[in-house]
Amino acid sequence: MLRLLKPNMKGMSMQIASKDISAVSMVKAALEKAEKYQDYHVFVSLNSENALKKAAEIDAKIARGEKVGRLAGVPYALKDNFLSPEGKTTASSKILEPLESPITATAVKKLEAEGAIMIGRTNMDSFAHGSSTENSYFGPTSNSKDKARVAGGSSGGSAVAVALDIVPFATGTDTGGSIRQPASFNGVYGFKPTYGTISRYGVVAMASSTDCVGFFTQNPEDMDLLMQICAGQDSYDMTTLPDFYTTTQSRQDSPRIGIIKDFDNDAVHPEIRRALTEKVDELKKAGYEIVELSMPALKYALAVYYIVVPAEVSSNLSRHDGIRYGYRSAEAETLSEVYGKSRSDGFMPENKRRIMIGNFVLSSGFYDAYYLKAQKARTLIIQEYAKAFEKCDFILTPVSPNPAFKLGEKVNDPVSMYMEDVMSVPINLAGLPSLTIPVGKTPEGLDLGLQIIGPRRSDAAIIALAMQAGDALRGPAAPARILRDGVDGDTKRQDPREEEVK
Amino acid sequence: MNITEKDIDHLAELSNFSLSEAEKTSLRQDLQNIIGYISQLDELDVSGVEPTYQVFEMENIWREDKILPQEADREALLNLAPAMTDNQIKVPKVL
Repeated sequence: MLRLLKPNMKGMSMQIASKDISAVSMVKAALEKAEKYQDYHVFVSLNSENALKKAAEIDAKIARGEKVGRLAGVPYALKDNFLSPEGKTTASSKILEPLESPITATAVKKLEAEGAIMIGRTNMDSFAHGSSTENSYFGPTSNSKDKARVAGGSSGGSAVAVALDIVPFATGTDTGGSIRQPASFNGVYGFKPTYGTISRYGVVAMASSTDCVGFFTQNPEDMDLLMQICAGQDSYDMTTLPDFYTTTQSRQDSPRIGIIKDFDNDAVHPEIRRALTEKVDELKKAGYEIVELSMPALKYALAVYYIVVPAEVSSNLSRHDGIRYGYRSAEAETLSEVYGKSRSDGFMPENKRRIMIGNFVLSSGFYDAYYLKAQKARTLIIQEYAKAFEKCDFILTPVSPNPAFKLGEKVNDPVSMYMEDVMSVPINLAGLPSLTIPVGKTPEGLDLGLQIIGPRRSDAAIIALAMQAGDALRGPAAPARILRDGVDGDTKRQDPREEEVK
Repeated sequence: MNITEKDIDHLAELSNFSLSEAEKTSLRQDLQNIIGYISQLDELDVSGVEPTYQVFEMENIWREDKILPQEADREALLNLAPAMTDNQIKVPKVL
């Protein structure tokens, strides 16, 4: 069967603007696919009516000859922790289940101003606490290649929405790997920008010193377009940087790529190590200089992360008290019972663990031994990256130690679930940008991803590298390895970058 | 370190949770394991290292002390409350 590369989003919006295809039919197709793949549990809620109405408005604008935005008519999926008045923003939790937000997140405003159309809200680990999307109050999302496996998390629904080609892009948040790891588990691109690049205004807070807004796409060109649209300072989020994305020199001549020796060990799945070795060889052949790095402090990053982040979580989630918005227990008879019962009913077990660990590491007697010590160790991790970036321009590492694991395999063992984050959390502690790129598959057909990490503000250069080194990183064998029947034999899936020629 | 039942009660109080006995038992085990893991920082020498509390490279960003336009007015915010009476948020007795 003949297959051709599908147009990227720029191409899609051009087709819509030139009336080759209507925004309504584009949105309808996305909604139909969302229905078709219902059993993956990608969405918490669909936004069908609003989406079709907005699409019709865009078609009408085009018919009148008015100017439309860079994403005019492009359907997208919104992670359920972005506030917007379209539907409920639940953060896949019971405590926010009733929340109909009167405000709109800045990132959503920017996307919609360019004509993007939200077709639904995607499932996630409740409050983004988790690495598999199994901690959702609404139940887990399945992996795009094997329904018995996890989607990754916490932005699992968004990753699968893009992997199943329901939408060309989806939003995500990444506090410790929540974009990059599910991207790697589902064979799509996932970008976590430099801390402060995109406004966090209107995003349900998890850990304020590491939370980042980012995206899932099917190619690096679309990622670049989304970054151009969404990067920039916002007076409603004082931790945003003035836009550096659109103004930086993105291409670097013969960049040096670092690989971390400390990650090459038996704790990493053999297929992931094989993929990394292969890609490093390909990059060498393509003329890139490879630099070996030793970064011993990274071994402490996971412990630092699971001190610092729960501490911030315990503080940020104390606002959910059953008083001003969200769920309130009907059984509470006193004010303190409103807090206690609403929070106990409203949070998932993993939310409770993190809040309690946070209160533990911040409590008197343990503050110096845990919280303060972790913040000092964080400095060592930042310094180690700074030293590494004197020797190389980018670092290429696995995203997680394993490909997608089985549903139920780790969800009741928090420490083994946390271990899945060991290679993704260090970059959040240092505030660095990192892009997951799909690089291949295991023999059983599970997706493999690697991440390209760069110094602060190298966001545009990372995405340019992914475009530039695309062939060396992806490998030439795309069609043969991907065209296979679904695991249960009832769905036929294909590489989202391709489409059949009718 | 060993997490006792008393520790769990104290942390539940700090966290504003009303936990069942079954939850307390499983949380005690989970917290024990997590604290066991994060305690590996004990072996790391951080003497003379300054702590990092945030990775944003700027601080003290000033703006005029003026209220920015807000999307949600008083009524829209009050309407989010689970219980309301006479344009105020209703709560059960405090004491």
